[in-house]
Amino acid sequence: MTDPTNKAEPLLSARGISKSFAGVEVLRDVDLDLMPGEIHALLGENGAGKSTFAKIVAGVHRPTRGTLRLNAETVDIPSPLAAQRLGITLIHQEPISFPDLSVAENLVLGRGSGSPLSRVPWAEIIGDARRLIDLLGVRIDVTRPMRGLSIADQQMVEIARALASDSRLIIMDEPTAPLTPKEVETLFGIARRLRDEGRTIIFISHRLEEVRALCDRVTIFRDGSKIATEDIGNLTDADIIRLMIGRPLKEYMHRGKSHIGEVALKVEALSLPGYFENISFEVRKGEIVGLGGLVGAGRTDVARALFGVAPAASGIVWVNGKVVHITDPSQAIREGLAFVPEDRAVAGIFRTLSVEQNITAAVPRQIAPSGIIRRTIEKAMAHDSVRRLRIRLASLRQPIGELSGGNQQKAILARWLLTDPSVLILDEPTRGIDIGVKAEFYDMIGELAAAGRAILLISSELPELLALCDRVLVMSEGHLTADIPRADATQERIMSAAVPQFREAAA
Amino acid sequence: MSASEMPSAPSSQDAAPPRPTWQVVLVRPETMTFLLLIAGVFAGSQLSPFFLDVAYILRSFTLYSEFAIVALVLTMVIIAGEIDLSPAANMALSACIFAWMQQAGVPIPLAIGIGLLSGLAMGALNAIFVIGLQLPSIIVTIGTLTLYRGLAQVIAGDKSIRVPEWFIGIDKVMIGGIPLPVVAFILLAIVLGFVLSGTIFGRQIYQIGTNEVAARHAGIRTARIKTGLFLGIGLVAAIAGIVTASRLGSVRYDLGLGGELQMVLMAMLGGTYIFGGRGTILGTFLAAWLLVIVSTGMIVANVLPAVQLVVLGVLLIVSIVATNFIYSRTQR
Ligand SMILES: Nc1ncnc2c1ncn2[C@@H]1O[C@H](COP(=O)(O)OP(=O)(O)OP(=O)(O)O)[C@@H](O)[C@H]1O
Ligand SMILES: [Mg+2]
Repeated sequence: MTDPTNKAEPLLSARGISKSFAGVEVLRDVDLDLMPGEIHALLGENGAGKSTFAKIVAGVHRPTRGTLRLNAETVDIPSPLAAQRLGITLIHQEPISFPDLSVAENLVLGRGSGSPLSRVPWAEIIGDARRLIDLLGVRIDVTRPMRGLSIADQQMVEIARALASDSRLIIMDEPTAPLTPKEVETLFGIARRLRDEGRTIIFISHRLEEVRALCDRVTIFRDGSKIATEDIGNLTDADIIRLMIGRPLKEYMHRGKSHIGEVALKVEALSLPGYFENISFEVRKGEIVGLGGLVGAGRTDVARALFGVAPAASGIVWVNGKVVHITDPSQAIREGLAFVPEDRAVAGIFRTLSVEQNITAAVPRQIAPSGIIRRTIEKAMAHDSVRRLRIRLASLRQPIGELSGGNQQKAILARWLLTDPSVLILDEPTRGIDIGVKAEFYDMIGELAAAGRAILLISSELPELLALCDRVLVMSEGHLTADIPRADATQERIMSAAVPQFREAAA
Repeated sequence: MSASEMPSAPSSQDAAPPRPTWQVVLVRPETMTFLLLIAGVFAGSQLSPFFLDVAYILRSFTLYSEFAIVALVLTMVIIAGEIDLSPAANMALSACIFAWMQQAGVPIPLAIGIGLLSGLAMGALNAIFVIGLQLPSIIVTIGTLTLYRGLAQVIAGDKSIRVPEWFIGIDKVMIGGIPLPVVAFILLAIVLGFVLSGTIFGRQIYQIGTNEVAARHAGIRTARIKTGLFLGIGLVAAIAGIVTASRLGSVRYDLGLGGELQMVLMAMLGGTYIFGGRGTILGTFLAAWLLVIVSTGMIVANVLPAVQLVVLGVLLIVSIVATNFIYSRTQR
């Protein structure tokens, strides 16, 4: 496959690729050559067309115009299966596995060995699956169903599936978004090894430092057009950002200390056996409190308990000085809580419903004071949110599933900002959001805090915690292991509290 | 909120125009129902001049009006991601309880009240299993369909219970030349059509049917809304049962037998998506007329009853395939 004589021949070359959805052009005349044995990054703002390009190469969408050539032969890729046969695998931005099948079954899906009637070689499948998962250095029981795995683990299974397929072109669409730094390192190690075997990898990410660490060349998209393809060494971060967003980035400045008021959220001895134990902390008005830790430390479970999605078994919660027993999200909203969940596809969006409806879903009273929906109010509210968060869409009436991943995330954020909460719980809120918007989003969180809201920010991105938070709490294996004031917070301190073996020492 | 000073979107970002209206209309499943309806009327009028006689069609419609009324509520249940297969059995049991009561000397208004209450109770039982115990509604309501029909037979035995002469003939009561049950159907369609498309309650039904987990996270009281729907369909089924009793003049345990299929057929033909989240009252409204035209047409054309069943089956399958196809096209 990787004959050294045609090293200079591109593995895949795309010419004039364009794609329209219902008359709206989202990709315009993209030319791109992918060399064998390179890791090629695609960069661009939310909705720039990265995923759409990836899906065209992987046979999910068909281009409206343009040709693809694989090893100098024009190819037609009508379906993901056809792509698989040509040795092209896509790891989707939203993992699309079969939740009721086991991890092992998900891993061998689409492999299709043997006749339809031949016996399923379970022992072999499970053995293979274990080997693949071990290769990734994660601990997942392959006989468990996919449902119930954390998003990070689901993502790792997706990656393992791509590895299992022995493809020559692997496209990873924001694979690192839900992963911990350690998992990212493992993934990068594997990616480099694949490259050294002569395979080609397309890597899509919003994190420049990852792109720098991993990739050989980058291609930058803006508004559906390819702006540039360059060796990564030839571009500075500032260059990349300018090419991506067409203007220099507004630097995020930590606001001056905002006025910190009374306690807005107080939690005492909150426990849910098997998930978290004895969690106590408080968040004051005007304060941004970070909640760091490794994926799986129980941070999301604490948030879900506070919001009444999966209530805690014991413990006391005060909201604005009042003891509350929240057992349902509707009650939490009444108490002034808002919660942006981490798993957008499952707990956030109504995929087939309009963007407008998705944005206003949590404020029925505002759009329908008497129970009857007032379209003009609804439209104005949605429109305002779209403008403020710069959500890129064709129409407010468009199904939200048609928006790019980052724009869906913004719409969900918009939904919760409309509830005007006094306590805002954000679970990995900037996952998949582009750098330009991220900076603005940080500003917004800062302003919300300055306006007297209490903010609990769950994030696996240490720089994000350090930049935004007044205090950082750290969880490890279901226990709170540290409460670090801003002045003392460093990446090292957070990490050392997050890694399990330090718990006994801290407790 | 103070974040409003964010820079507004550069013009290149909001440039994309929405889909043209004609496309939106064309991919709506009700459009297909409507076209089929017109084709049905046309084909019928070739068979028999009766088909251009509005009074004849209205009279034929009364035979299906009770099912059509329940189908409107069923549409909402299906959009919410559930199903109820028990309403036809509920109709029979409510009607039997009503008829048995009035035969035992209970004054008619009271007997009606008890009949309606029993319908409500049947809806509540479904709700307890589906919402309280989290069991799949298809299984629960297949179970209660058998249970309710069985109880009806226990109460009525194999005989038919007569209702008083003056109570008979609700379908002969005309309002502006339209039989009362048909008027009720049209009015209910207008009201529910508005509820589903214009109110928060309706909006949340779609949201629950699209993604129940997300709906809960957004503070939507999914259990409450679904319970309301099951109670609603229970009550409406009981009303339909008593209307049927008035139309037929007597009640047997097999009243409305097989009606659940007709109801599901009306909803599906109208483009309601069996897995929830999509569908309209207008679709079911049109589909009810379509079904009446097709069924009546076949009777007029002397099609064998067995063949009629086959035609309805084919229609159901075609409608399922067509709605799935339409929706997957819009999704791509
Ligand atoms: N199925 C679809 N129907 C209509 N429009 C679509 C569809 N899929 C994508 N789009 C539009 O195409 C544009 C590009 O989307 P794409 O998903 O490729 O963006 P992206 O660069 O991957 O963004 P992100 O970083 O947010 O993931 C967006 O404006 C999106 O709304
Ligand atoms: Mg994308």
